[in-house]
Amino acid sequence: MKIIQAIAQYCMNCRLCEINCMVAHSSSRDIITAFRAERERLTSRVTVEQSGPRTFPVQCRFCQDAPCAVACMTGAITQDPATGWVAHDPDKCVGCWMCVMVCPNGAMARDVGGHVTSKCDLCAALDQPACVAGCPNGALVLAERDEVENA
Amino acid sequence: MPDSKYLVIGNSAAAVGAVEAIRAIDPEGSLTILSRESEPVYSRPLISYLLGGKVEPAALAYRPAGFYRAMGVEAKLGVSATAIDPAARTVAAYDGQAYGYDRLLIATGGRPIVPPLEGSELAGVFSFTTLADARAIETFITEQGVGSAVVIGGGLIGLKSVEALAARGLKVSVVELAERVLSITLDQAASALAAEALAESGVELITGNTVERIHGRAGVVSGVTLADGRRLDCGLVILAIGVAPDTSLAETAGIATDRGILVDSTMATSAPGIYAAGDVAQASEIISGQKRSIPIWPLAVAQGRVAGAAMAGGDARYPGGLAMNSVEIGGLAFISAGLTTVPEDDGLVQLSRLEPETKTYRKVMLQDGKLVGYVLVGAVERAGILTGLIQSGIQVAELGETLLSDELGLIHLDPDYRARLLAGKGAVA
Repeated sequence: MKIIQAIAQYCMNCRLCEINCMVAHSSSRDIITAFRAERERLTSRVTVEQSGPRTFPVQCRFCQDAPCAVACMTGAITQDPATGWVAHDPDKCVGCWMCVMVCPNGAMARDVGGHVTSKCDLCAALDQPACVAGCPNGALVLAERDEVENA
Repeated sequence: MPDSKYLVIGNSAAAVGAVEAIRAIDPEGSLTILSRESEPVYSRPLISYLLGGKVEPAALAYRPAGFYRAMGVEAKLGVSATAIDPAARTVAAYDGQAYGYDRLLIATGGRPIVPPLEGSELAGVFSFTTLADARAIETFITEQGVGSAVVIGGGLIGLKSVEALAARGLKVSVVELAERVLSITLDQAASALAAEALAESGVELITGNTVERIHGRAGVVSGVTLADGRRLDCGLVILAIGVAPDTSLAETAGIATDRGILVDSTMATSAPGIYAAGDVAQASEIISGQKRSIPIWPLAVAQGRVAGAAMAGGDARYPGGLAMNSVEIGGLAFISAGLTTVPEDDGLVQLSRLEPETKTYRKVMLQDGKLVGYVLVGAVERAGILTGLIQSGIQVAELGETLLSDELGLIHLDPDYRARLLAGKGAVA
């Protein structure tokens, strides 16, 4: 399956991916309304990491044998054995943070306001992920796992 | 005689992991589950959420309705296994039948330890490990109008029951024999924060003490006497001193056991065609290299998957377990893994940062340049990266204080390890 890949040398640390992610997953999908009315629940599912001048965004890697799906004690996180897709159902999530405990990528965000985990869903409902679409320097691409030599 | 290619005793995390792994390899082979509990598979850790009124009963379903049908499983729910005959390859069950098998999985989990305690037979004394327990406690509280409870044991199960009972408006006292709560999973500093969080939730914490007897009136709990002679009135007692692997079937059948059922890296026991997984199993642990019984949900699922694959002829291997826990107390998050308290003269390097004003605490433990344990309180976001570092066994000494940072990321890690993670290949090569 295709996942989001970061090309580190193009990342300018503008963190627009984080903003676009939060807005795309808000109820209003409008940046002003989201910041005014939904601030407590805004949780970016992508994190721009920084070490000195180097930066790049990280989000769910849709791991083989995803440890989050193994650890999830409510059945909120499931992995499709055929496609590798890792789905998270916030209605079944109780915010036990077991997935946060086991994700080796640190890609399970805590939506503290809603007391549920929040993870990248590749913006399945949109034409392309909001972080990819909104990156001003082409540092994020949606590609097959092994197509991009990343980071 | 009802024969199956695959027979599973148990119906929780390990059993489901095994069923799904079997079906990924063998969609057709006959598969039967024998479960002493009569409910379809449910999330055992959620019983405290149910008792606390935080979730509806329907939320406990770990797999959707129709799971057994979809998986082609004959689910004998409420039918306990009574004996295994490894020579005949049969399992006797409470329904009088002998179930034949080609491959057998023992996933019987744990049984609560019930201490010999005067008064433990009184109405109103409960363990707290099953859905039936949660329902019985709820009914008892409602029918008796219980207003106060004593929880014996300040471990994870004890504190989960404390949280549930407090959420129901009960006045709760927890009595812990050790000098601090969660003494197995946390270190002193984190336990102190847990004690503070309990106090703020209005829970009375009594440490370094124990219940000597439970008193009753007309067969119903009325209070307890502590070792120091103190008397506490209460209408309910929860016994939460621990859970032991339920190895009775294996032992009677002559299968090798220690604390749990001893298994190799495919979850095979000493008996041909018989596997064990989950809380009942004693499998290898990565830091000590020894076989340890670690009763946690993620390892039960992982072991079940390995066992299921092996039973169906696949070649999965268990990479070894790691003790880890995530718990919230009074809204404060605690996550820990691996070694959390070891004497410093053991060649361990310990880095920590405590910020009492924000109730955050971070500690990492290193041995020979490798991460071997951590404790995080409050700021737990980077826990998974640390867990991965323990599991991978890579050198992290040069990261130093960065390991305690909220900004810790893949960007700081070894490039080969990072590339593996970004490709979705996980922490263990």
